[in-house]
Amino acid sequence: MINLFIGNLGHLFVILSFVLSITSAWSYFQVTRKKDAWAQKEWTLNGRVLFYLHSIFVVGIIIVLFLIIYNNLYEYHYAYAHASRHLPVHYMISCFWEGQEGSFLLWIFWNCVLGIILIRTNKKWEAPIMVIFASVQAFLASMILGLSIFEIKIGSSPFVLLRDVFVDPIFEINPDFVPKDGTGLNPLLQNYWMVIHPPTLFLGYATTLIPFSYVIAGLWQKKYKDWIKPALPWAIFSTALMALGQLMGAYWAYETLSFGGYWSWDPVENAVYVPWIIQVASIHTMIIFKKNNTALKTSVILVITTFILILYATFLTRSGILGNASVHSFTDLGLSGQLLIYLLAFSSAAVGLVIYRWKKIPTSDAEVSTYSREFWIFMGATVLGLMGFQVLAGTSIPVYNVILEKFGISSNLAPPPDQAIFYSKFQIWGAILIAIFSGTGQFFFWKNMDKSKLWNELAIPVLISLTFSTIIFMLAGIHKISNILLLTAGMYSLVANTSILLRLLKKKSFKLAGGAVAHIGIALMLLGILFSAGYSRVISLNTSGMMFSRESSDKMNLENVLLFVNEPKVMSDYELTYKGQRVELEGVPGFPPKKLTRRTSDEHTVIANADYIYEGITIFQAGDTLTILPENTYFEVEYSKNGEKPFTLFPRAQVNPNMGLIVSPDIRRLFSKDLYTHISSIPDPGSEKEWSEPVTQMVAIGERFFVNDFVSTLIKIQKIDVVEGIELGPEDVAAEAIIEIQVKNKVYTLTPIFIIKDKMIGNIPATDEEIGAKISFLNIHPEEGKFELSIETTQRDYIIMKAIEMPFINVLWLGTIVLMMGFSIAIVRRYKEFKKSI
Amino acid sequence: MKKSHIIGIVVIAIAVFVIISTAGDASTYVTFDEAKALFESGSGKKVHVVGQLKKNDTGEIVGVEPSDDKLTVTFLMIDNNQRTGKVFYDKPMPPDLKQSEQVVVIGQYKNDVFYANQILLKCPSKYEEESLQVSAVN
Repeated sequence: MINLFIGNLGHLFVILSFVLSITSAWSYFQVTRKKDAWAQKEWTLNGRVLFYLHSIFVVGIIIVLFLIIYNNLYEYHYAYAHASRHLPVHYMISCFWEGQEGSFLLWIFWNCVLGIILIRTNKKWEAPIMVIFASVQAFLASMILGLSIFEIKIGSSPFVLLRDVFVDPIFEINPDFVPKDGTGLNPLLQNYWMVIHPPTLFLGYATTLIPFSYVIAGLWQKKYKDWIKPALPWAIFSTALMALGQLMGAYWAYETLSFGGYWSWDPVENAVYVPWIIQVASIHTMIIFKKNNTALKTSVILVITTFILILYATFLTRSGILGNASVHSFTDLGLSGQLLIYLLAFSSAAVGLVIYRWKKIPTSDAEVSTYSREFWIFMGATVLGLMGFQVLAGTSIPVYNVILEKFGISSNLAPPPDQAIFYSKFQIWGAILIAIFSGTGQFFFWKNMDKSKLWNELAIPVLISLTFSTIIFMLAGIHKISNILLLTAGMYSLVANTSILLRLLKKKSFKLAGGAVAHIGIALMLLGILFSAGYSRVISLNTSGMMFSRESSDKMNLENVLLFVNEPKVMSDYELTYKGQRVELEGVPGFPPKKLTRRTSDEHTVIANADYIYEGITIFQAGDTLTILPENTYFEVEYSKNGEKPFTLFPRAQVNPNMGLIVSPDIRRLFSKDLYTHISSIPDPGSEKEWSEPVTQMVAIGERFFVNDFVSTLIKIQKIDVVEGIELGPEDVAAEAIIEIQVKNKVYTLTPIFIIKDKMIGNIPATDEEIGAKISFLNIHPEEGKFELSIETTQRDYIIMKAIEMPFINVLWLGTIVLMMGFSIAIVRRYKEFKKSI
Repeated sequence: MKKSHIIGIVVIAIAVFVIISTAGDASTYVTFDEAKALFESGSGKKVHVVGQLKKNDTGEIVGVEPSDDKLTVTFLMIDNNQRTGKVFYDKPMPPDLKQSEQVVVIGQYKNDVFYANQILLKCPSKYEEESLQVSAVN
């Protein structure tokens, strides 16, 4: 039976939360219009209660959706499309962000949390900022409303029934049909980073609303300067979380996807990078506004731009406009109109307000001295703005086509063929300047500088960093001018900020160290990126100059290597051996060979063929029933190098009925570099193996013959008394042939069985899929002393893999942690300042 | 001239440079004929061609040939103008190539072959299922 109640309840909660957010916004708006204190108090209370109620219903929606997923109610499309029976509970959370509706829900949820925190911490600004907060909530809630009014669809509800989404004859026969299982969560999302990365990023996204609300409230209420103090700690918090969220995503991509890195300039990544970099600029101008009114105006513009860019990013990733341009893009739910209204409504209202109030914002004409921190921060903010602009210009290419088409101009612009080069060739110069400014700007926090003092201060850090970077670029053989400059600038920022940090520690004013620590983090990240991305080395490079056609003179560098099972190949300075397919069993350490298990009618259950010994302990024995993770296959690849202990990597491939073949790398982590290996291709797991026509051969004991091009020997024939699955009577005879097949350094033994049962001849063939051989023991010819074998062959097992070395990637991850520490120190400091001011 | 004016001019100049270089680096969606014309005119620019794999009368995909060492693949693709082109891809065959309903190849024509360095596949299954899966019914 279809459970209609729970979906209707969820839908009711959505409608209620939508209505409550509008009424809450209206109530708070009344506060700003009322003059007398009593009415203000009443309306504030109203708005507050309505917002709390709204939040309660939002939590209600989440609980209902979770129950639908948890209880396997596959009559609901959301559960069917994103969950399955075998999904562990902790990954059920990830179902929320696989679908677009669920991720809106997550965003709405964070806004509720943030709204409640604001209500409780800042009574002075409550009414105007909550007008903006509750209006945003109304727009977001409308995205999951799922109502049709006059044929216009408003929002896409997570509570639609499967039968209302799919047109399938089964629903005509049986409207109450419920599928047994869902199609499951994308296996790539079944990763712990995917449980924490989206909520972190969305919290960062959601928090951009707070500085935006403050600046709008400030302009609206004519408190042109007062908004910065309460907004600043939140702006830093938001920037920190967006950075953390992005880097978690980058780390997940590095570990799970196999494009060979952590950042690919995908439109969805860019859609976060651009607002983030603008927000970084905004926190810097907000910090210096006290002394400089130009910074105030710039801050207003940057804070508003950040939020508009967040709305634009939302539009880009969810409207389907990116089409094929992104790996992340959500399915188009037909919300593009609604998203566009959301984007245009908030950006035009904000821009309109800024224009209306522009003249009133305090201003100054004084020129900024080159020897002031304001100057350096402005320069930094300008560079950040330009870096953001370049990424925005490139990412928006699919949008230009759509806009031009609206004006009747046909446009066929496509994204640049090599996005990494397109973006990094510009961004690297920005990074160089940022490193220089962040190193130099820090010195002005100390005292008023003039030319000579500045040079005195800078001389030592400049000398140290020049020395270090010269040594490094000589040793590492860096020749590209931009890379040399980034190395030097990064090193300079690192040295300069470290010396600032040391001074702060000496003065015991650690709470002021946020800036220095964060900049050390950034410098480390830049250096880590420079080495790991700029100097990554494809180890599996095939430079033999293989040509596609004889006429073509182009040499090609093939970046993959073909490895047949147990056939070592020398690649760069390693010798690689692919040792076969491995499986993942629940509660079993390591990766037992696939050969050790055989499948049963249940996908998730296998039976052991033989004992499995791991590090000297027998883990399971032949005949044991085990639970398998059926999607995962691992490929054991051994790396050996002269004079070093060999090591093994297990890159993974997942065969998913909905997604095809999904591969994930395995990474050997060393102190100074990572060795990254992923599968590029394997024999098609979906199709049945095609065996050759059987070839019959008469072989004597000790004779050599060929099986699939491998030298094989019939070692002996022996009588056996027990044959699995067959009962032998007293008259019956069974014998096995022991055949050894030599594959490079490894010997495979196949033992086909010959049986005479009830005077009938029979046989049990022996198959080894790794070497692609199937041998049957057909008959015995005692008069000639020969044995009749039949041999069938097929493609032997192989993998095509790619291996990349990424030097000093740990410096990037270390920098990330340091950056987060810096942000945390800064947040505490700015929050205390705000608390003191009220 | 004030310092802020100089900075302003520099910023505008860089912004204009960014726009021009974006326009210059952007690729285009073209047909095989146009891609070929570009090659013959000596342009080294990489382009996007959108199409589908060639199928025979019975709907079977034809012309997909991985190289002997399996490290590269050639296949036949019909572009949106119904012209068939031969594509050479310098990487191993993507496992879901044959299931794709749309293929975007990125690269350039050289003589009679389109050399692709990048392939984007649109597979029906990667997006939300449009119909119930037989395996999930039952």
